[in-house]
Amino acid sequence: MSEHLLDVSGLTLDLKVGRDYKPIILGTSWWVDRGEALALVGESGSGKSLSARSVIRLLPPTARLGGDVVFDGVSMLSVPPAQLRAIRASRIAMIFQDPRAYINPIHTVADFLCEGLVRTRGVSRSDARRLAVDRLHDVGIRDADRRLQQLPHELSGGLLQRVMIAAALMAEPTLLLADEPTTALDVTTQEEVMAILDDLRTERGLAMVFITHDLDLATAVCDRLVVMQAGRVVETLGAAEIYTAARDAYTRSLVEARAGFDLPDTNREGVR
Amino acid sequence: MSDVILSAEGLVKAFSVKRLGAGGRESFLAVDTVGFTLHRGGALAIVGESGSGKSTCARMIVGLERATAGTLVVEGRDWNMTRRLSTAERRRRGGVVQMVFQDPYQSLDPRQRAGDCIDEALRLHTALSPVARRARVAELFGQVRLDPGIGQAYPKTLSGGQRQRVAIARALAAEPRILILDEAVSALDVSIQRDVLAVLSGIRADTGVSFLFISHDLPVVRSLCDDVVVLRNGTVVEAGRVQAVLDDPQNDYTRRLIDSVPRRGWKPRRRAA
Repeated sequence: MSEHLLDVSGLTLDLKVGRDYKPIILGTSWWVDRGEALALVGESGSGKSLSARSVIRLLPPTARLGGDVVFDGVSMLSVPPAQLRAIRASRIAMIFQDPRAYINPIHTVADFLCEGLVRTRGVSRSDARRLAVDRLHDVGIRDADRRLQQLPHELSGGLLQRVMIAAALMAEPTLLLADEPTTALDVTTQEEVMAILDDLRTERGLAMVFITHDLDLATAVCDRLVVMQAGRVVETLGAAEIYTAARDAYTRSLVEARAGFDLPDTNREGVR
Repeated sequence: MSDVILSAEGLVKAFSVKRLGAGGRESFLAVDTVGFTLHRGGALAIVGESGSGKSTCARMIVGLERATAGTLVVEGRDWNMTRRLSTAERRRRGGVVQMVFQDPYQSLDPRQRAGDCIDEALRLHTALSPVARRARVAELFGQVRLDPGIGQAYPKTLSGGQRQRVAIARALAAEPRILILDEAVSALDVSIQRDVLAVLSGIRADTGVSFLFISHDLPVVRSLCDDVVVLRNGTVVEAGRVQAVLDDPQNDYTRRLIDSVPRRGWKPRRRAA
């Protein structure tokens, strides 16, 4: 029925807290088309991260999901475990805020990048390694051969985040879920990483769900924005409309929270 | 113009680190000959990215790190930064300079009620009677725009914004002349950040306290501070009035820093890595 790559409709999520279930997402609907970048924006506790995690069911075992999430014709909430794993392995990739928490510290960058392809696709180690070098080049890492031999603690946060993006791209996914991938980075590194994601997206027609609390950043890199507050979607609008056509009071308050801090429009041509 | 309340000159902090590759240790200069001046009632921002040395500067001033070299003059008195300080000297300095940290989840004692935590600071830094302290706690809660009922609460029941206000109230309890804010609003949601910044501006206007504001966030610096020092890899690359530096940066790195901030009409660009 649905033509969208990802169609989330009436999604609910309850998490077990002590003996009770606490409602976290209260019936949200949103969608992403092929090659499109959608931002889920909101403050802490709005449910934006858990919305993305719900798509691939990366949740505590006791979590209760309702509504539906359809990815390329497949209902993600009822898909059998083996197929879910296959989709996670090759179709939908996710990257996180803190790469150090997701990358095994005792394995080399090469192991981290190649493991998925070698284990789930039967790709040979040497082919996987060649691909890894290409992906590292894609994310702007030049001395890829040296980096492959390094351990995570030998890399800076910015480099490690690029490694995580490279890993997410190894299987050539159709959809990338990016959960605050630049929040822990310095602004100059953030710009670099966002530019890389932007380029990769356009070159590969990759669809992206970009989770962020930074409205300005979301507007700069996404086509549409879904604004969330306390488990609900308060407004969905085109990136270009955010500064002028936001109707919801909460959306406007987010826009205005940073207003008056504005930096001048610098002459970007002056910087090389 | 206002007179100088704090001036730092030639600040150096060397850390001993493991030598990469070869064995042994080497000295790493986290802060390399840094100087700045804070005016009475003023607000000076020290900005920079991770590893620029901005937090180390703040920590040396309050005595959390011993400086390798440098002079610090506060209210006309020379504050030795390279020697170990006695408890009495530490407390005396604490009456002049107080600090608020980034993470309000780590800077409050989880076993202490919010009101008790401020009361403790009052006991250490003032000679107020118990009755007067109670009144002062209420007054400080008002200053940071917190409901007095929160005095009975433990930190775990408070939001990040509420905790940060408690941390600010605790710092103000000592009636410091200088408040050092080390990324004090960086971990807060934008709506909360705006409220806490309004609280800070109000406090500065009401009490005349001077701010040393350590931050990576240029828009926030613009909204709160008068002067700015830009640090990179432990050295000052540019310094001046906030407006002048942000509107017309002279240094390439400062310009890059400003250009990297997402804003209306901004697009990320790749640079040579």
